[in-house]
Amino acid sequence: MKITVGLAQIYPKIGDVKANLAKHLDFIAQADSVGVDLLIFPELSLTGYQVQDLLSEVAIRPTRDDDTFRALLDASQNMDIMFGFVHEDTRQRYYIGAAYVSRGEVLHIHHKVYLCTYTMFDEARFFDPGESIRAFDTRFGRVGMLICEDFWHVSPPYLLWMDGADLILMHSASPSRGLSAESAFSASHWVELVNQAYGSIFTSYIIHCNRVGYEDGKNFWGGSSVVNPDGDFLTHGHYLDETLIRQQIDLNQLHRTRSRLPLLRDERPDLVQRELLRILTKNEV
Amino acid sequence: MTVATHTDIRPKLRIHTDLARRVLTGFIRDQIHKAGMTRAVIGLSGGIDSALSAYLAAEALGPANVLAVRMPYKTSSTDSLTDADAVIQTLGLQALTVNISGMADALIDQFPDMSNLRKGNIMARLRMTVLYDQSASWGGLVVGTSNKTEFLLGYSTIYGDSGVALQPIGDLYKTQVRELARALQVPDPIIAKPPSADLWVGQTDEGELGFTYEEVDQALYLLVDERYTAAEVVAEGFDRRFVEDVWRRVKINHYKRTMPNIAKLSARTIGHDFLYLRDYTGR
Repeated sequence: MKITVGLAQIYPKIGDVKANLAKHLDFIAQADSVGVDLLIFPELSLTGYQVQDLLSEVAIRPTRDDDTFRALLDASQNMDIMFGFVHEDTRQRYYIGAAYVSRGEVLHIHHKVYLCTYTMFDEARFFDPGESIRAFDTRFGRVGMLICEDFWHVSPPYLLWMDGADLILMHSASPSRGLSAESAFSASHWVELVNQAYGSIFTSYIIHCNRVGYEDGKNFWGGSSVVNPDGDFLTHGHYLDETLIRQQIDLNQLHRTRSRLPLLRDERPDLVQRELLRILTKNEV
Repeated sequence: MTVATHTDIRPKLRIHTDLARRVLTGFIRDQIHKAGMTRAVIGLSGGIDSALSAYLAAEALGPANVLAVRMPYKTSSTDSLTDADAVIQTLGLQALTVNISGMADALIDQFPDMSNLRKGNIMARLRMTVLYDQSASWGGLVVGTSNKTEFLLGYSTIYGDSGVALQPIGDLYKTQVRELARALQVPDPIIAKPPSADLWVGQTDEGELGFTYEEVDQALYLLVDERYTAAEVVAEGFDRRFVEDVWRRVKINHYKRTMPNIAKLSARTIGHDFLYLRDYTGR
């Protein structure tokens, strides 16, 4: 089966959910007109990245009772959509959330597990960390979602792989940093390296949407990409500009690659579990 | 001056000029549009920092939206005015000249034994006043022209050249400013001449600082960007006294890089726990 993936590499406006929802609906309409089946927005696409003390003003509860959420549910009749939002639970705890909606239903919500709190990042000051990493079933097969720092750690994509995900959807608000004589920032170089590595070692599709634009002097490099199960880029390098990227992927490639390279067949999660238990018991971490 | 027998750090200071240019012109446009404006005001000294900033602003906004203001004092070198004029003519900028001698001397003449440092600071602050006045009358944000080397060494006048609305080249070391200026084809005489604040006759930055930009940028790059300790920089072959002096300068001037502290009394205090981006306008 071939499907068309869309990467909505947008510039969200800080703290303006209304304007960002309008931009989402605009990109959804554009994507619909070019036959996109699955559209991915960046991390915190409804709010902007550094929301700080705007937290309670921009947070939403992901149900039909919320006007913003309902608008996106209603927009998911023709295509599946992944987007980012601030999730407020019923006890005033806030999470960096990624929602996957399809045909008017919420199929999954992921909370960012690895909050980024170092150098210019300050997430754990404002957000609670997620407590689970789960794959889920969609009309395109089994899917997993990760948010930015989640995929700088190798265990979340590994867990999704073991949980059956063949499509790993990742989104981020990754600022440009590390200017050198190279034609891309070191931040983008590293993420691209990791995406290709995950495609290769998990023999899965790695689909990544990163935002663009500026927040207080930081800029976000975009560069959204699709890596196939052979570890090759199908699309990448769209740096800095707001754009809709469209890429067809062939889900049948999964069985062809995995026949050639049966890493999934031979993987030993039972051994990983045993050894991890031993290591944790001996406090050797 | 130090003897350059250390590891050559210059390759690490090289930059991809097209990438820097794209991000910085985008930044200028973004900041000015977020303020609800379309125009920029920039003080043009004839030096490389302001020339590069003017080139970036002209590319970002269009030359008709950039007001270049020349603000000579009576001791300013005539080369400065000529070099600034070359930038204005080449780019086709809006231009204005405001001589600050009268307003500066009105204060300076009241203190006959005033040091060059005091006079220089007065000139820098009067230039800030002129630029903000033009900001109000012409309707544009004041674009800063400070580079990373100056920021780190504290080689600036607080509320003078540091009193601006945005800082496009504040994360580029002086040697990187030169590389980007070459790429944007800033006139050669501006790139080639010794950097000077031109606050008194014969002043040069490197003479006043006691080391070259090329040398100090390499040490700063290791100390700041790469988080080397001073001892680790010395281990790369840099002179110990030079490194320690540079790092001391960086630290004692930190106040120039931060907002003044507000004494905390209430449950929620500006500057402490009232946290919103500068870019958040609520509009």
